[in-house]
Amino acid sequence: MGLLHNLGTVCILLGIPFFISGTIGLLRFPDIYTRLHALTKADNVGLGFVVLGLSLQADGWHTVARLLLIWLLVLIASSASCHLVARAALRKKIEPWSRP
Amino acid sequence: MMDAMGIFDMVLALALPWLGWRLLASPDLFRAMVLFISLGLLMALTWVRLQAPDVALAEAAIGAGLTGALFLSALRRLERLSEAERRLAFAGKREEEDEIPPERHRRAKPVAYGLALLLLAVFVLLLAWSLAQTPAGGGLGPAVGEQLGQSGVRSEVTAVLLNFRGYDTLLEVMVLFLAALGVWSLTRVRLPLQDEEPGPVLATLVRLLAPLMIMVAGYLVWIGGSRAGGAFQGGAVLAAAGVLLLLANVTVVRQIPAALLRWGLALGPLLFLLTAVVCVAAGGNLLEYPPQRAGAWILLIESASAVSIGVTLAALYAGGRPPEPPAQDRGGEQGPGRDADADAGGRQ
Amino acid sequence: MSWQYSSAALFLLLAIVAGLGRILRGPTAADSMLAAQLFGTCGVAILLLLARGLEWEVLQDIALVFALLAALAAVAFALRTWGGTER
Repeated sequence: MGLLHNLGTVCILLGIPFFISGTIGLLRFPDIYTRLHALTKADNVGLGFVVLGLSLQADGWHTVARLLLIWLLVLIASSASCHLVARAALRKKIEPWSRP
Repeated sequence: MMDAMGIFDMVLALALPWLGWRLLASPDLFRAMVLFISLGLLMALTWVRLQAPDVALAEAAIGAGLTGALFLSALRRLERLSEAERRLAFAGKREEEDEIPPERHRRAKPVAYGLALLLLAVFVLLLAWSLAQTPAGGGLGPAVGEQLGQSGVRSEVTAVLLNFRGYDTLLEVMVLFLAALGVWSLTRVRLPLQDEEPGPVLATLVRLLAPLMIMVAGYLVWIGGSRAGGAFQGGAVLAAAGVLLLLANVTVVRQIPAALLRWGLALGPLLFLLTAVVCVAAGGNLLEYPPQRAGAWILLIESASAVSIGVTLAALYAGGRPPEPPAQDRGGEQGPGRDADADAGGRQ
Repeated sequence: MSWQYSSAALFLLLAIVAGLGRILRGPTAADSMLAAQLFGTCGVAILLLLARGLEWEVLQDIALVFALLAALAAVAFALRTWGGTER
């Protein structure tokens, strides 16, 4: 129990830098397409680590199942909305950024 | 550690009014909408910190989800109003504005600020007064806790909403019903018949999420008996499923019979009202359920209300009564006469 | 509540507040929309952490609703506000 709990804590704390790098990417990346990467990749990995850590500390299987369902939903939502937003941006003729 | 949570609360308390101010001050409508969606999220977190999970749940579903979709769709309609229409719509107002000389504008500003400050001061005073008036013993919480055994549910909030103060909820459901009636009487919803291919991603998203939303809506109504949840939260999630289907413009939406929607809209208010009348007829007070069966009555009313609230919110999003089914289209006959006919048929 | 949950939640909230800058700066509407999307993911993580830290299972339901409705605004944006067909 103690080992799993500590492992869970490590996982949770590992997830936070991903969220922070996602936000930094959102603020620093040059155009919409690159920012899409920052958000939909980094953040979902971060949430994945948090969910993993919380699952390791969970009291029962139903909590783990619910955590996984939530993570899965966020994955579906962000990948689908990433696709839709990128497609809309391409249709708006927004040029992808390239190194000058 | 309490310190981190203390800072958390401080950040929330500072970010919330700042966000509200930025969203009100934003000259760009779209930006204001996105800020509003973010405000909904921070608001939900705030309700959580204020120990009000029921409100947080409703805010998560309505503030961050439904209202966002509603605003974003409305913006498109606003943009689509042609310049000519807009000029027509605002013609009267603009003339009036032109008549006001600029010096009156300049004089009006300090007056407006002064009024705003005065109102703010009155509000703060009222708030302080009501805080001072609140008894120290935690308000009505203990009283509710004492009677909880008779309510038929284990959640205090549901007990108050559906049992102790049931008529408040009855009136709320009625208000929503009236709002939907108002929207339906104004116009017929215009669903685009020929739509572009929704694309595999959107189609899959709808196929995955819409059934899950309906399931979660049922779960929220069920769980409302013992903890946060209930008809409004469940109904909001149900409405989200409807909005998703409307957005994707899947064929199913167009095939729902109008009569079914009308009954869905009326189900909750009807059942609620019927219960109230039966309770009075049986010699009790309004909405005084028999204590042994209170739980079952509450679940029944909540389920029906959730369906009606879901249909109502989705109808408010759609912005009109159901479109004419193609099968009943008699063709040729256009205009108000046809509308009246269709309505008479639907209301039987 | 033990320190790891509360400090993690605090960092996530700070990430949200920092992301507000992107909404205000834009430049395109999609950028603002994306930032709102990021808040959804962070908000879900915060709620899950608080649910564990406060031993309060209800917060998982709120996170579930957030996750379920996260796509709604983005879909509305991509299909109605921006792009889509001119009708």
